[in-house]
Amino acid sequence: MRLPCPHCGERDVSEFRYGGDATRVRPAHGTGDLKAWHDYTFTFENPKGPHTEYWQHVLGCRQWFKLSRNTATNEIAGVVE
Amino acid sequence: MTAFKRLDKGGRIDRSKTIAFTYDGARLFGHGGDTLASALLANGKTLVGRSFKYHRPRGFLSAGIEEPNGLFTMGEGARQEPNIPGTMLPLAEGLSAKSQNAWPSPSFDLMAVNGLAGPLFGAGFYYKTFIGPFKKSWMFYEPFIRRAAGLGKASETLDTARHDAQYGFFDCVVVGAGPAGLAAALVAGRAGAKVLLAEQDSELGGSLLSESSATLERWRMDAVSELQSLANVTTLVRATAQGLYDGSQITIAEHKSNGMLFHVIRAKTIIIAAGATERPLVFANNDRPGIMLASAVKTYLNRFALVPKSRAVVATNNDSAYETAFGLAEAGVAVTVAELRPSPTGDMLAQAAALGIAIFPNTGIADTAGDKQLRQVKLAGRHSVTIDCDVLAVSGGWSPNVHLTSHCGIKAKYDAKIAAFVPGGFAESHFGAGACLGHFGLLAAVRDGESAALAALARRGFTKKPKPVELPSVREDRPYHIGTGPRLSDIAKPAKAFIDFQHDVTAKDIMIAHEEGFHSVEHMKRYTTLGMATDQGKTSNVNAIAIMADLRGIDAGTAGTTTFRPPYSPLTIGALAGRSVGKHFRPVRRSPLHDWHANNGATFIEAGLWLRAWYYAWAGSTPEDAYIKEMELVRKGVGLADVSTLGKIDVQGPDAAEFLNRVYVNGFAKLPVGKARYGVMLNDDGVVLDDGTTSRISDTQFYLTTTTAQAGEVMSWLEYLLQCHWPELKVHVASLTDEFGGMAVSGPKSREALQLALPGIDVSNEALPYMGVKDVPFGGTTLRLMRLSFSGELAYEVHCPANFAISLWEHILTAAEPLDIKPYGLEALASLRIEKGHVAGLELDHRNTLDDLGLGKMAAKEKPFIGKELRLREKYQAPERWSLMGLELLEPEKKLRGGSILFAASDEIKGHGRGYITSVTWSTELDKFIALGLYQGGLKHEGEEIIAAFPLKDEQVRLKLVSPHFIDRQGVRLHA
Repeated sequence: MRLPCPHCGERDVSEFRYGGDATRVRPAHGTGDLKAWHDYTFTFENPKGPHTEYWQHVLGCRQWFKLSRNTATNEIAGVVE
Repeated sequence: MTAFKRLDKGGRIDRSKTIAFTYDGARLFGHGGDTLASALLANGKTLVGRSFKYHRPRGFLSAGIEEPNGLFTMGEGARQEPNIPGTMLPLAEGLSAKSQNAWPSPSFDLMAVNGLAGPLFGAGFYYKTFIGPFKKSWMFYEPFIRRAAGLGKASETLDTARHDAQYGFFDCVVVGAGPAGLAAALVAGRAGAKVLLAEQDSELGGSLLSESSATLERWRMDAVSELQSLANVTTLVRATAQGLYDGSQITIAEHKSNGMLFHVIRAKTIIIAAGATERPLVFANNDRPGIMLASAVKTYLNRFALVPKSRAVVATNNDSAYETAFGLAEAGVAVTVAELRPSPTGDMLAQAAALGIAIFPNTGIADTAGDKQLRQVKLAGRHSVTIDCDVLAVSGGWSPNVHLTSHCGIKAKYDAKIAAFVPGGFAESHFGAGACLGHFGLLAAVRDGESAALAALARRGFTKKPKPVELPSVREDRPYHIGTGPRLSDIAKPAKAFIDFQHDVTAKDIMIAHEEGFHSVEHMKRYTTLGMATDQGKTSNVNAIAIMADLRGIDAGTAGTTTFRPPYSPLTIGALAGRSVGKHFRPVRRSPLHDWHANNGATFIEAGLWLRAWYYAWAGSTPEDAYIKEMELVRKGVGLADVSTLGKIDVQGPDAAEFLNRVYVNGFAKLPVGKARYGVMLNDDGVVLDDGTTSRISDTQFYLTTTTAQAGEVMSWLEYLLQCHWPELKVHVASLTDEFGGMAVSGPKSREALQLALPGIDVSNEALPYMGVKDVPFGGTTLRLMRLSFSGELAYEVHCPANFAISLWEHILTAAEPLDIKPYGLEALASLRIEKGHVAGLELDHRNTLDDLGLGKMAAKEKPFIGKELRLREKYQAPERWSLMGLELLEPEKKLRGGSILFAASDEIKGHGRGYITSVTWSTELDKFIALGLYQGGLKHEGEEIIAAFPLKDEQVRLKLVSPHFIDRQGVRLHA
């Protein structure tokens, strides 16, 4: 599998680090809301099909970005702004 | 006894070249162009091995990669490699082959007694027989079974072959160099695309190599020479496409003279022209040496100039075997055809008559006879006659090689017209051509190859139309016609009718699987082990499915096929490892001080990827002796330790203080310039992520250190927060781990040591108090002095640019020599921190909370920080959580071991206990073994006597629960 790094271009997946679901919205820092943090940290979808995920080009430019990937077929739709 | 004789002329062998080789110790000769298989047949070796379960005599079934019987152990010593099909091995001078699964030899095999016990070894034999009579029966029997079974033995010494990997990028990869693949590569090559053509055989041509027609040979040679003249086309032989993966990655294993070259290819387009594999027929005693696939007999005739000695029978349910029959007849062999259908199609009858071939319609094979090789065939049906013969050529039809598309997760679909499975489709940018699509025919293959290449070119955006491929001027393809597949009712002795030759699975075994409810093809496969040998069922899969479908009264398409997974053919593990073996298995990280350690008596230890100085020769020759002396050095005098492996991160920007204040549980916003602070960070879930000291260099700059183990993790985490969630913070982070070296100067005499080493720099308690930090110019560079202590003694860390590290280290050792300064290693470093009660990687195991580690008081009450909310979850606040304790051994004559399970004195020693020991050391201060560990309820139980059990060695020792801070609880030494 090859992923499009927005800075370096297409590279092998082994250069990247997976960062999980990018559709979740992180609660504002210091909200103090236990339930909001609980839901954010532990309850999220694990869809089969198109998904938006965080990836980091960790063995390259180290940029984090959002990527649209089909979890069933590994088709890469591209970087999500 | 010999079934074949070699012709004086013809074939693709080079009679001017004689090649000597060894087979089971005997010296034999073959010719250039021979495979091991053809050379053995030419030498009269029809029987070349024994079968897996029953030790039945076996000979070559095929002439290709599908070979289930003719497997050999090649080479000697370190290069010994088992299970190599002789059909795929070009004969080479000095080659040494041994037959397998037969002792002392294939023709006199003592294990053949297993054959007498035939019925015992049926489907599910192992499961049924070795489950009883007692609970651990299988574990008892297994070693015996393994010894008796097994095909060939791998070398037990280190592989000396040089396997390697190579990465490649192509517009178009063509798998298979038969007529379809050659045509495809020609078209793509002519268009200027960067093409890779991979062929598993030792020559390009595929099925064309088995033809006798001069016209076809001319077409093949023209195609090959044109491909070789094109600079943009790469051709590989003895290179098998092994797997197809996401992102159009294809792996190809190429045999080189001294090992395997494993190609990992990114292909913009892939044309699969992988051909088809012929199936045998299923009848009683269909496995005798001399019974071969009809296509193989044709290959041995036309390519290797080998003909059956005098008489052959051809048995078939389709038209393709007639080419074999005609070829044999033309070579002077007496041929009889057993035709399962009422009649062959088209002009076959007339042609057969012209060649004097007798055809028996509606006729199968009832049985065969022969001891170590085939002697006689008994025909079934209306003509139950027996025929003496040397060779029986069988054809049960053709199975397209659907493996690669299956690797992409595309299920093969059944095509009733050819009674076989074809690819269920192709991934985007993949195309198929020729026999692997079920298009059996030479011209069909060429046309397919051309159109697949045009489609691939269009996909790649090549607009120029290349010159079309010239069709070879041969007659138009005959339509392929096939009769019905195998039915159990037609088979006389199902227990002797083999389907999977390599695993000795018979028609009876399929019947048993059906009777016992293993109907699904996946269940049938696992219950009978069909298709699970090294040939992966290339010749057996479709026949087995047909019989199971027949038993279930459904069609083969409904029964479906099992899933093919990479690799396509057996691959030595070395090919996958490539050069990532031994020291190259993974990268090694070395501290900038590494060479000094190596030259000055250090013994190294692996810590993650790092090689760290473990202990030094000055202190002792074993780690047990050395670390104690090194600890005493630090407690009483002064020692120098390499701490360069710590993660070091430069944090800069106007919001740097705010950023760290969010990340750490304790406050950093108000940390004064010139001061360091110990900080702990949590994950979002409230579990401890890492700890370390962070220093404020200026208003906008911090120097953050992490543990060695978590350096990469923390760096990525900080980047994630800044880039994905807090882009409004004006902060940049940069890793300095490799840029800076670090050394700890520790012990009561450490200040004196620095005063000697750094004259003119004030390191007094006033100028550099505990947790003080300053950058000082020295020797043309800048040193960062930090008054930090991991050992609990008066201590400093000195960090400097990595390339100055060795000279600074040597300078400190020389300058402080009057104080008897010496280096100390990782073992002492880790032991000193246990005495002090500092947590490290063994305690920070991503399961523990701040409170578990006794650090709860560090958490800021007012400011928010990451993990603040979830660390207060009910379960994380439970009083009975396992938390950090010190442990003292109460039985001085015994040993304390890391990983021991802790129990209360009154507990039964069983299960997971109430905690465990994380770190153990001998304490030079307390003169006894001490440890850190986690214990249920923690400090509530201080003073209690408990038990540590180490079940692996059946040891139990008594311990006392104490505070984890064994020495200097008030921190007097730190502040001295």
